[in-house]
Order: sequence, then C-alpha cells, then structure tokens
Amino acid sequence: MTQHSRDLSRRRLLFGGAAVGAGVLLAGCTSNEASPTEAQTKAAAPGGNAEPGQRVVIGFSAPAADHGWIAAITNNAKAQAAAYSDVEFKIVEAGADAAAQRAALGTLISQKPNVIVLLPHDGKELNAFGLEAMKAGIPVVNLDRAFPDAKAYRLQIKGDNYGMGVAAATYMIEQFKAKGVSNPIIGEIAGMDELELTQERSKGFTDTLAQAGFKVANRRAARFTADSGQQEAAQLLQALPKMDALWNHDDDQGIGVVAAVNQANRKEFFMVGGAGSKKAMEDIQADNTVLKATVTYSPSMASSAIALARLIGQNKGMSDLVELQVPKEIVLASETITKENVSNYLKLGF
Amino acid sequence: MSDTSPTATPERAAQLPAQSPPVDPAETAAASEKTTHGGATAGRLSWWSGDSGEGAKRNLGLIGVLLVLIAIGALTRSDLYSNPDWVWDNVLSILKLASVVGVVTVGMTFVIIGGGIDLSVGAIVALAGVWCTTLATQSYGAGGMIFSALTVGLAVGLVNGLLISYGRLVPFIATLAMLVAARGLAAEISDKQTQVSDNQFINGIASNSLLGIPLLVYILAAVVAAGWVLLNRTTFGRRTVAVGGNPEAARLAGINVKRHSVLLYALSGLCCGIAAIMLTAQATSAQAAMANLYELDAIAAAIIGGTLLSGGRGTIIGSLLGVIIFSTITNLFAINGLSTEAQNMVKGGIIVAAVLVQQVQFRSLTQFLGRNRLTT
Repeated sequence: MTQHSRDLSRRRLLFGGAAVGAGVLLAGCTSNEASPTEAQTKAAAPGGNAEPGQRVVIGFSAPAADHGWIAAITNNAKAQAAAYSDVEFKIVEAGADAAAQRAALGTLISQKPNVIVLLPHDGKELNAFGLEAMKAGIPVVNLDRAFPDAKAYRLQIKGDNYGMGVAAATYMIEQFKAKGVSNPIIGEIAGMDELELTQERSKGFTDTLAQAGFKVANRRAARFTADSGQQEAAQLLQALPKMDALWNHDDDQGIGVVAAVNQANRKEFFMVGGAGSKKAMEDIQADNTVLKATVTYSPSMASSAIALARLIGQNKGMSDLVELQVPKEIVLASETITKENVSNYLKLGF
Repeated sequence: MSDTSPTATPERAAQLPAQSPPVDPAETAAASEKTTHGGATAGRLSWWSGDSGEGAKRNLGLIGVLLVLIAIGALTRSDLYSNPDWVWDNVLSILKLASVVGVVTVGMTFVIIGGGIDLSVGAIVALAGVWCTTLATQSYGAGGMIFSALTVGLAVGLVNGLLISYGRLVPFIATLAMLVAARGLAAEISDKQTQVSDNQFINGIASNSLLGIPLLVYILAAVVAAGWVLLNRTTFGRRTVAVGGNPEAARLAGINVKRHSVLLYALSGLCCGIAAIMLTAQATSAQAAMANLYELDAIAAAIIGGTLLSGGRGTIIGSLLGVIIFSTITNLFAINGLSTEAQNMVKGGIIVAAVLVQQVQFRSLTQFLGRNRLTT
C-alpha cells in the first residue's frame, strides 16, 4: 500500500512537473516581437496647416479587429494622431456589434470631443448616432462605411469597392490583350458574400469584364481568412483545370489562396489581389508566385481621416484646394500595384 | 429523454457493458471485450461496423449517399470526370478538404458518445494555430510549433473537462464560454493579425505527398484508425459508451465518470491541436478567426454519421463518412460553379434528413415493412 501510494505521488510529481514545464515553455511562446510595421502617417511639414494650432480633441471608434485591415485602420489612426502635438486622441473600443458600438459612442460623447471619427459596424445601423452627434454640434467623420443620411456626417472618406473590381478587371484585360488571349477562363475568390462591399467589388469586376466580352467562369466566396481562402481556392482550382486569370478580393485571405495554388502546383495563370497588404506587395516584388498585381483599398484612409478631422476641428481647409473648408466627401481611387510601381507603395502595405 | 430514466430504449441498454450486475470495472470491460470478440466469431461483424448491426446499416446508407453525390458530379461535369487523372486528383482534394474537420470530428465523436458536447473546437484550433505561429514559437522550429499546438489543445481541453466534471458546469455553457475566451486570447496573442508560417517543414505537411497520397490524408487516416481502436478495442472506449449511455449505471459499475469526462474533453482538445497544425500548414498562416464554425461542421458530421446527440452511441467510421459527405457536397457545388448559399441550404437539408432517418429505427422499420408485407 505504501509502495502504491509512493508510486502514485511520484507519478503525480512527474505529471505536475511536466505540466508546469510545458506551461512555462508555452508562456514564453506568445511573444510576437518583431520590427513593428511602420504605420502610415504623414509627417508634419513645416508651415501651413501642419503648424500646431488650436487644440482638438478627436474621439475615435472602430470595430474590434479580427483581421489585418481593421487592425491597420486603428493603428494608423493612433499613429497619425500622435504625430500632431495639438491633437488629443480618445479611442473607445467598438465591441462586437452595432449595439455595443452605439453604447461605446454614448460614453465618447459625454467626454465632449471636438470631432468624432467613426468606422461603424454598419453605416445604416449607426446612422441615428451620426444625426444625434451632428445635432449636438460635434462634426462626424465617417470612415469607409457610409451613413445613408447626408445630414449624419460632416465628412465621408471611403475606399472604392466598385472601383477595385474595375481596376482588377482592367489589369486583366490589358494582360489578355498583351498575351493575345481571346477567350480567357477567369476565376474569382470573393470575400464574405453577405457584405455589400463584396457585392460591389464583384459587380465592378463583372461589369468591366463584360464590356470586353469576357465573363467569370467560376466564383467562390471565402471569409476574409487565410484558411477559408485556401479551401475555396483549392476547390476552384479543381473546378477549373485550366485557368488564365484569378482575382482574389482580399490579400489577407490571399495568403491561403497562394498557398492552395502552390499546393496544387499550378502556374499557368496569373493572379490579382485586393486591398494591398505588405505580404502581397512583397510577393509581387519578388515575382516568384502567381500573384502579379493587387488593387488597393488602403487603410491609410484612417490616417487621412484623422488629419482631416483635425482641420475640421480647427476650422481650416485643405491648403491645396481653394475651398476654405474640408470637402464633404472623399472617395479614394483604387490603384493597381504591379512589379513596376510596387516600390512606391511598399510603405503603405499593412 | 433523460439518460437516467429507467425506461431507456432496449437498443441503447444493449450497448451498455454494465448491464450485468455491478462488478469490478476492469472485469466488466474485459467481459465486454470478450463479447465483442465473441460476436465476431459468431456473426463475423464487418470491420467497419464497430459492434452494432445498426451502425453497419447506417454506414451503408451513408456510402450510398456518397455514391449518389459522386454520380451527380459525374453526370453534371462529365467533361471533367472523363479524365481519370482529374478524378483521382479530385478524390484527393475532397479528402484533403475533409482532413482538418475530420480530425476535429474524431475528438468530437468521443465527447458526444460520452454524453457531452464541445462547442469550443473551432476556437481551440484557432488558439493552437495562433500560438504555434507566433514568431517566438517559430524560432524553435517545427518541433516547437508542433509541441506548442498539441500542448495548447490538450491544455484547453483539460480546462474544459475540469470545468464540466468538477466545476459542474453544463458542457454546453462551459465550452461556449471557452469558445469566446479562446478566440479572444487568440486575437490578443496575434494582435488581430494574420501570422504567416515561414517554416518549410510545417508548410510541407500540406504540399507534400508520399506515394502519391498527400500527407494530410495519412494524418487523417492515422487519427481515424487510432480513434476506431480506442473506441472499439479498449476499456477506455467501452467506458465512453457506458458513461454516455447511462452515467448513473456507469458510476454504479465502478467507472470514475468524472475523470473519464475530463479525459474525453482532453482528447477532443488534442485532436484540435493536431487539426491546428494541419490547417496552419494548409493556409501557411494562422489567425484568430480561422476554423470558423468548425464546431458546427464537426457536430453535424458526427450526427449524420449516426452518433446520438444524447450520448451512448456512435461510430468513428460513421463520423468520417459524414465529414467526407460534406466535403463532397462542397466539391460538387464548386465544380458546377454554384453559389455557397445554395450549398449551405443543401447541407442544412442533409443534416435534417439524416436526423429524421435516424429517428426511424431501422429495426422497427423492417418490422413495419414485414407486417405490411412490403418485403418478403
């Protein structure tokens, strides 16, 4: 019996020791220290609008990020605000859905910011908040997801989803012309299909292809994650044993799409990405994968939104324009990044 | 449908090794071992049927469904199916698609047979995947990555099990909490970014083949084989069925029900750790949002594979067939260029149909048909 219990305690000691050891080892493994990606800020040049002026309190809210693009939005906004000595930056976590964001914004208003910069979960659901804040005299800068009501925002700055599709299709059509492909087989890996932005991207893509007389042979919708991108791409490649071009809506999920292409040993087509992540740009520069171009939807718009919010707070206009005030709407153009111009864009990759 | 109700269906009661008067658990298990082997000599049960004729018929039905799906594919895309090389490639691509969820489903099948449920599997895969692709872990090489994924999976599973067994939380709530918490921790560790794996050995798991068959398929086969042996040929497996079928009877028979439940959740966590390595290899990256809704895929596969959601019955092979049926549907819709929405509706329909079919007991159906002279 004593022999038995000693055995047991020794076994326990061994197990316990192993568990503690594994725990210590693992805890050491959560570090992710690397050279941080440089945030996309605009350095303050001397003179003009960049001169420190009246103090501005900017309130900021964006959804809790679950992928790279939204994370980059928040990081850029923070970094841009830090670049100004006259800006006080107040950030509230927007939580997981529109209701949580509305609650968080309530606490933000009570802190009396001069301007609010807001990336809503859903523009329609937070329209009422925009109206309320504007009525209370706080200008609202809507970032990327539009409010339906024009009175709900002072400035709207957003990317061009339809334009992304147009840019991707235009690049493909040029390539087909250059290579003399008259009847190309085109694949498309979309993002989350229930989002309006995905539908706009696809519409821009198919509309532009249709003008050239081409159509999409097969389209699969992934979920903006690398693993879903890999799975959908693997099935798409199976469906199209020969393909000429592939457009993938999002570079984050593109990591998985490129992986699936490599796993299937396919090289006969070229691929166009979307959004403009750092990894995609590096792949384009290295030119050793099927990824030959990407069309931008840059989170640098968050930096611009903070810069413009500051000008609105200080009652100034954009110095390059004649107008004395900041315009009401700014839509970023979707640019096409290829091997030729990638070096200019690398600093904007996220 | 309480598990402790004295009016348990005879079918389920028959599955219990503890039907004989309570004896030493080891002896009970040994006895049930003997009955399994005895059955094998008497009726020579097929290798894939486990130990019940019901399961065999169910699996035959699933294979039928699979053949129908493949036939639909061959009819609608006869141009592709006429090329034997493509067909072989396609079979492998279906199996590769099934591999990750398949491994998760093996663990899930054990948990469900044992009378529980694990909603946190997708989150555990994400957490283990993120944990093993941090730059610090990657610096230890492939061994360090595999070790951390497996350990994280196992540890989270253990926490689940301890909360359920000794904290007396309902499995649904405990694992739901873990689902939220593990994804939160994964997002915290990864800083919401996609972490790219630069390790060629890990990435090679998804791209390399041995004798023309992808490594992922070997891993799936190994896990399924190990799961089958564990469920059908060991004391652990017999106890799992006993605990799930009637926990009170199992306790009276001398089985440590609480400790057994902890082990079941730990097993499920370990499977998630293995799946995390496979998924990371496939996507060459990991992020907090990966393995989205895998818990539902795994539960659905186990259910259509004939596992009883209230526990006490289920087969590993049935679950595997369930996973393969789902990935065949995905493949079928992809090669026909149909939308994901339609595919999800069909998946939903198949789950409902499978459960409906299960409610019609095969035995009573045959009796019914016999009574009405519909069969000879």
